[in-house]
Amino acid sequence: MFSQYALHHAWLIPLLPVIAFIIVGLFLRRIPVLSAAVSVCMSLLSFVLALGVGYGVIDQLITVDNPLIQRMPWLVIPGLTIDMGVYIDPLSAVMLIVVTLVSLMVQIYSIGYMRGDAGFGRFFAYLSLFSATMLGLVIAVNFVQLYVFWELVGLCSYLLIGYYFHKVSAREAAKKAFITTRIGDFGLLIGIVLLQILFGTLDFQHLGVSVPAYVAQQGTGLLTVVALLIFLGPIGKSGQFPLHVWLPDAMEGPTPVSALIHAATMVVAGVYLVARAFFLFSVLPNAMEVIAWIGAFTACFAASIAFTQRDIKRILAYSTISQLGYMMLALGVGSVTASMFHLTTHAFFKALMFLAAGAVLHGLPDKNDIFAMGGLRHKMPVTFAAMTIGVLAISGIPPFAGFFSKDEILLAASQVSMPLYVIAVLTSFMTAFYMTRLLVVVFCGPEKPDNHPHEAPVSMRIPLVVLGILAIIGGYIPYAYHFGDWVRFGPALHMGLNWTIAGTSTVLSVAAMALAWFIYGSGKATSDKLARRFSALYNLSYHKYYIDELYLWLNHTFVDGFGKLLYWIEIYVIEGIVNGLAHLSLQLGDWLRRKQTGNMQRYGYIMFGAALLIVAGLLLLNPLFKGVLCGGGY
Amino acid sequence: MANFPLLTAILLTPICGILVLFFLPREANKMMKMIAAVTMAVALGLTVYAYWAYDVALAGMQFTEDIPWVADLGVHYALGVDGISLPLLLLTMLVGFSTVFVSWNVNERPKEFFIQLLVLVVGAAGTFVTQDLLIFLLFYELWVIPTYIMTVVWGSDKRVTKEYAGMKLTIYLLIGSAFLLAGVVALYLNAYPAGLRTFSMEALAQAHALGNLSEHVQIVVFFLLLIGFGSTLSMWPLYSWAPDGYAAAPTGVSMLHAGVLKKVGGYGLIRVGLLVLPLGAKFWAPFIALVAVVNILYAAFITLVQKDLKYLVGYSSISHMGYVLIGFAALNVISIDGAVANMFAHGVMCALFFALIGQVYDKTQTRHIPDLGGLAHQMPRVATGLMIAGMSSLGLPGLVGFIPEFTIFVGAFKEYPFYTLLAISGIVFTALYILRVLANVLFGPRREEFDACRDVSGVELIPLVVLGTVLVVFGVFPQLLMGMVNSGVEPLMPLLNQLHAAPTLLGGVFQ
Repeated sequence: MFSQYALHHAWLIPLLPVIAFIIVGLFLRRIPVLSAAVSVCMSLLSFVLALGVGYGVIDQLITVDNPLIQRMPWLVIPGLTIDMGVYIDPLSAVMLIVVTLVSLMVQIYSIGYMRGDAGFGRFFAYLSLFSATMLGLVIAVNFVQLYVFWELVGLCSYLLIGYYFHKVSAREAAKKAFITTRIGDFGLLIGIVLLQILFGTLDFQHLGVSVPAYVAQQGTGLLTVVALLIFLGPIGKSGQFPLHVWLPDAMEGPTPVSALIHAATMVVAGVYLVARAFFLFSVLPNAMEVIAWIGAFTACFAASIAFTQRDIKRILAYSTISQLGYMMLALGVGSVTASMFHLTTHAFFKALMFLAAGAVLHGLPDKNDIFAMGGLRHKMPVTFAAMTIGVLAISGIPPFAGFFSKDEILLAASQVSMPLYVIAVLTSFMTAFYMTRLLVVVFCGPEKPDNHPHEAPVSMRIPLVVLGILAIIGGYIPYAYHFGDWVRFGPALHMGLNWTIAGTSTVLSVAAMALAWFIYGSGKATSDKLARRFSALYNLSYHKYYIDELYLWLNHTFVDGFGKLLYWIEIYVIEGIVNGLAHLSLQLGDWLRRKQTGNMQRYGYIMFGAALLIVAGLLLLNPLFKGVLCGGGY
Repeated sequence: MANFPLLTAILLTPICGILVLFFLPREANKMMKMIAAVTMAVALGLTVYAYWAYDVALAGMQFTEDIPWVADLGVHYALGVDGISLPLLLLTMLVGFSTVFVSWNVNERPKEFFIQLLVLVVGAAGTFVTQDLLIFLLFYELWVIPTYIMTVVWGSDKRVTKEYAGMKLTIYLLIGSAFLLAGVVALYLNAYPAGLRTFSMEALAQAHALGNLSEHVQIVVFFLLLIGFGSTLSMWPLYSWAPDGYAAAPTGVSMLHAGVLKKVGGYGLIRVGLLVLPLGAKFWAPFIALVAVVNILYAAFITLVQKDLKYLVGYSSISHMGYVLIGFAALNVISIDGAVANMFAHGVMCALFFALIGQVYDKTQTRHIPDLGGLAHQMPRVATGLMIAGMSSLGLPGLVGFIPEFTIFVGAFKEYPFYTLLAISGIVFTALYILRVLANVLFGPRREEFDACRDVSGVELIPLVVLGTVLVVFGVFPQLLMGMVNSGVEPLMPLLNQLHAAPTLLGGVFQ
């Protein structure tokens, strides 16, 4: 009964947080208790509804090919009809559950984390709006609805990254996030416009029918371009190379926001878009190849940066980029199942790790450098346990959640391309290494005497426990509920484990963890020596390959430089012409005024001369006039 | 209610206000403002009623009135609104209403100020409701004198002196209207033989169908109108009045100029340019599309390096008008829908921007961006308003700016794929300059020197609330705007289809 209700009222899922946003934003901003209560209640309600939807999807046998869609016209002009609606299929149902769950956990966590903050109410209003917009994106029925919420998600992340707006770094990070993702959105928007022109519709269901027909008739050429333009959006949003630069800076926001951005509401939107528009990408092999390679490269590239970072949140941020690369890789090799599965488990363990990092920062305010921490396991046992679970999960150690989903991706990659598989395995090795480094350096070893850490309050521990449990058992979801049967296009790829692949990656991960333990657990001397030994590589990695610097330089030199050049032209050429004309007319008037001498003879000369000139001119130019003047016989 | 002359009432309300203001004693400062506010509120209310009562399904000219005025010349006092003009009339009243509250602190010669402010509103409203070309020009001319006086008396010096800016603004308006007058007279003489001549827009629009207007006449006359309306719309390179003028003019005048008067140009291009001279429009369209792209990108790049808030918004609005131009140039229903809607969206957004800049300037005594910073600490409401205006400017969905831009892109892409690509790239640069200015003015560390600055409150809040609400409501429910606009544009479909089929003139020199 309830699942029926939930299925047909799924629009409530994003609407409830919107209501929370409006109530809190307009009326309750100054009452912390009530603003948190309203937000958390609404989140809880939408989570329950999302669970109902999830159950309903299984119960009603709603599949990807057989979605439940409700539409309502939003914009109707001739030749352009755009609906807003609800698109329920297994793909969106999974996302609804993940997003509402993580949002709920983050909101509960924030009650403790943000206690005493001057903008407490504002923070909860933004959080509610953030999850609402992401939920609106998830249930989108067409590209425009998706783009609308896509941009609003961007706005919310802008507001939340820049939440501590008194900090210049936060302000700049927020701006950077918005502008970098905007560059991707530029491609996305062009792609959407092109789709509208090619197919006359932007509705996912209708496009799902027309696109394969179009490819069968016209080939893939133009459509590949369209698909790659659309993919620019996910490159920006999901922090893929080369538009990944905003994501590490996004940690300027409060830590719960980082958890939300990294796990559920912002960066996975790109992965979700590709999965949602898979009917388009899957028929375009070239586009798929690009996606796979960008994903694989990003995964490896980000991991190589994470090696040397010292800021706890920054390490996690690069690990997110790397894991998102995995998800893109999975999509690129054609496995929506693996991608969505990894998205789900990643949401659990990444949210867990960020919230654990938040607990660390809460216990040790104003210290972000992992080497300034150390030995925290004694004073913060729950946080330590949470972080350990997260690290084991992301490293792909069985039986933690990440193991299963990563295995799916590796398997899918190995079936398509050996190089991609090798890169993915290598990345998995690197991931296990740098995550263990973080764990060991922060929690093990001796305590620092200046540090006075304390465990987080209850409201922060509850989400840690819940997410921790999910990060352990989340990997069994596919076995219990036939995840692969749900979230797929075409025939199911694979169920169950491939022991060769699983075995290889596990062995490598364990080796990497052991290596990291050896280097960082047995005194710092080894790691410093390594850094000195390979100082060029170390610096390259530590400075993120100087890509941020390059972009900044390009922006300041070329964009602003061009602006200055044009402004110079504006002031000295265009204004110059305008003012010159004005000046000229003044001069002309002055000159003509001087000609008015009052001398009659002179006026007479001029009149006579002018008349002569006119007649001569007419004679020369106009044969008809010539005829009149010189007589008809001419 | 059926025969109530609603449009005349809308025009007469501010005129009544002007008359009352004339007879008030100089000392009645508060009273004058109240009267301006009340008359504008009534005019706005009547316009909202008209917007609500307009029958979208029926479309066409509604609330029409027609009284012969100068019978010998064929001049009629003819009023009427359709889906194209009604949103712009609503825009005029929304902005006009807001300007009164923005000018609440004008205590120097308030009588003259508010009289002229209302004259500007009547002038703009008149151009949108009249169905007679000569009366259109008369209303248009109403702007010239008040603009000059208001800029010079109540304005401020910036990069250039206010006298220079006022003069520039006025001369541009005058030159523009000279071209318009020439074009209109040529049209008047060519459209019908002596004895049948008329200034009625509807009758003139039929002259093309009757074959009275040759291609060459249309091309020449359209060019004259393009210069006239183009300079009003700040088409490249005829815009150099705009940034200087906005910067020098008092806030209310900047709001009306950027928010409303620019749109008279776009409206004229559609109502007279396209409807009366379709072949001329078709001939010049590729040229307009090219200029549109220059408008968008050239002005966007210049905006990037502006240091003064008003110059920034001034150049940014030139950039935004490029979208209107390319929407017009694509000459199809979708793109023109977008162009008209974008005029409304930009008008409201730009007026809100100028209103808030006026507030910032009132409190901090500076508009120089490097001198400002962290104002969100002291003025959260101004910050919220600027965020809404800025986000609308960069085309954030959910605010009114997005759907018009999107429809323009969809419509224009079919005709000018390459130009449209360049136009879409404008959204990146817009985001760049908008986010920069928001960051530099609103965010960052708290500055002691602004601690004494009060946030907006009381009547100062009215423009923010009214315009901000419009931005949000029309953004969340775009059909409120697009449905109305489309009811005016859709009837052009046969004409536009016929134009598409028509051979390109003179070998399409600009293609």
